[in-house]
Amino acid sequence: MLDGRGSIRRRSGARLWLSAVWLTLFVLAALLAPWISPHDPLAQDLMLGRLPPAWVAGAEPGYWLGTDSLGRDVLSRIIHGARIALVVALIAGTATCLLGSALGMVAGFYRGWADRLISRLVDIWMAFPPVLFAILLIAVLGTGLTSVILAIVIIDWTRFCRVVRAETLNQSKMDYVHSAKVAGFTRLRTLATEILPNVLPTIIALLTLEMGIAVIVEAILSFVNLSISTDQPTWGGMIAEGRTSIHQAWWVLVFPLVALFLTVLSFAQFGDGLRERFDPVLR
Amino acid sequence: MMLLRQTVSRLVTTLITLFGVAVIVFVVIRVVPGNPIAMMLPPGASEADIERLKTLYGLDKSIFEQFIIWFSNVLHGDFGTSISTRQPVLSLVLDRLPATLELSIMALVMAVAIGGTLAVLGTRFRGRKTEAGIDVANGIGLSIPDFLWGLALILLFGVLWPVFQISGRVSPRLELPFTSQFYLFESLLRLRFDIMADLLSHMFMPALALALPLAAIISQLLKLSLKETVNLDYSVLARTKGYSETKVILSEALPNSILPTLTLVGVQFTFLIGGTVIIERLFSYEGLGNMAIDAVINRDLPLIQGIVILFAILFTFVNLAVDMTYAFLNPKLRHA
Repeated sequence: MLDGRGSIRRRSGARLWLSAVWLTLFVLAALLAPWISPHDPLAQDLMLGRLPPAWVAGAEPGYWLGTDSLGRDVLSRIIHGARIALVVALIAGTATCLLGSALGMVAGFYRGWADRLISRLVDIWMAFPPVLFAILLIAVLGTGLTSVILAIVIIDWTRFCRVVRAETLNQSKMDYVHSAKVAGFTRLRTLATEILPNVLPTIIALLTLEMGIAVIVEAILSFVNLSISTDQPTWGGMIAEGRTSIHQAWWVLVFPLVALFLTVLSFAQFGDGLRERFDPVLR
Repeated sequence: MMLLRQTVSRLVTTLITLFGVAVIVFVVIRVVPGNPIAMMLPPGASEADIERLKTLYGLDKSIFEQFIIWFSNVLHGDFGTSISTRQPVLSLVLDRLPATLELSIMALVMAVAIGGTLAVLGTRFRGRKTEAGIDVANGIGLSIPDFLWGLALILLFGVLWPVFQISGRVSPRLELPFTSQFYLFESLLRLRFDIMADLLSHMFMPALALALPLAAIISQLLKLSLKETVNLDYSVLARTKGYSETKVILSEALPNSILPTLTLVGVQFTFLIGGTVIIERLFSYEGLGNMAIDAVINRDLPLIQGIVILFAILFTFVNLAVDMTYAFLNPKLRHA
């Protein structure tokens, strides 16, 4: 038994570390993009089109990860693409978390008509295919960063709402909530000072997960050409381009895909690792 | 009696949910900024064109009246006419539905096969390297969504080792003798294994991409319940009777731990169907999802509405079926 817990902790330690390292690189790349990217991400040079990465025959020095069909530097575009990804992850992730968690806590704690209304809304939301819903919202709201963030919040709040509601419901039955009632706490105070701290680990784990999901949704919208304007480099846009020239220039698809893969994986593993670390049962 | 009452109340909530979906779709498209005419017409359309379209779609009436007209049409199965193809929405949508259903069911089968195998292997070799490896694979499978798996598979089986088709549903050069859109099912019935092989070669990657996240979920949850049941009395008894460990897992533990996994698979199946939208796009597979994205890009309003509502009906009925199956299989509810 002890043995098992030891290995969980060791594994979650490695996961936390590895994902934290990648996320730090990701944030640094986004913040320092104009200073660290070797080329202008938008500079086209048809003479330098479809250069392979540095270790493949036919490469040009200075273009480490090669160039796309318009001769734009893939590495610089990935570094600049991290900016959009980071903004979407932070803003859309946090806003989704706040909206969904607030509704979930209200539904789970106050019950009654508020719970019925919110739960019914969640049911209705769950009947929409999320990607289709997102694309539809962008079509209505128009493309652009604000629309993308808004669409993610409108679609994904249910993810928090469902889990936080269930967790709040569980916590509300605990003895300490009773004690708070006996001690004369108001309901709002009980919710904010007694229940919230106990639901918070769940919310934080969900939040990091949601940040990864937001990055994916943005990439999917970019992929179908419905996200940010096309002259802003995004990972999804690069992937869409790479998909069309996959047989001529695999690197245009591979490198942004790897960046997206690692970022999404790191967000998820970071959240899981945090939860395991703070979960009193596992600890 | 309890079962009957539950069935009725579940049916009622399902209908309320579907009505809610209709309202949301209507509101999103009609009330949010701009108007549907602006979505339908190319820029630079004349005033007369706008007026004509407005009358045609009843948009000169109040929003409330518009909803009543639209909703009663929908109830009669009239989803209007597609703007981009000039064909009735219902027939367009029903034409594409079989392709998406075949893809989703194939993905579900793959997910259950992969997830189930991994769960049994992980239980059989619990506490060893094999289980640790399966845990890591589950973790990755859970974190990476279908879209990224699809892209990774394209690189792997489309470019690096090109053994599967990366685009379309069936090779265009094939003569299809089919009368329905259920190509895979019909090719099996007609014993046309040449066409079936071609269909499967096209379907393999999109189905696997959809299946991997679900396979990870199945593997994780089923392994958890299997590991609980392999130490219960009846498993121990089977072992003392001389059953092999694999047989104990398969014939004793598995039937007793399948119920929670089954419920979860049902719920997750709707997520899988939702995933077909982008996966079909990625693999140019001619299903509903691909048509939906085209409809949004062409601003084909009636078609978008029809597809979204059909998806919603599909989702709510899958959920309903899961709940009913669960109620039926669960002795506590059945005999209450």
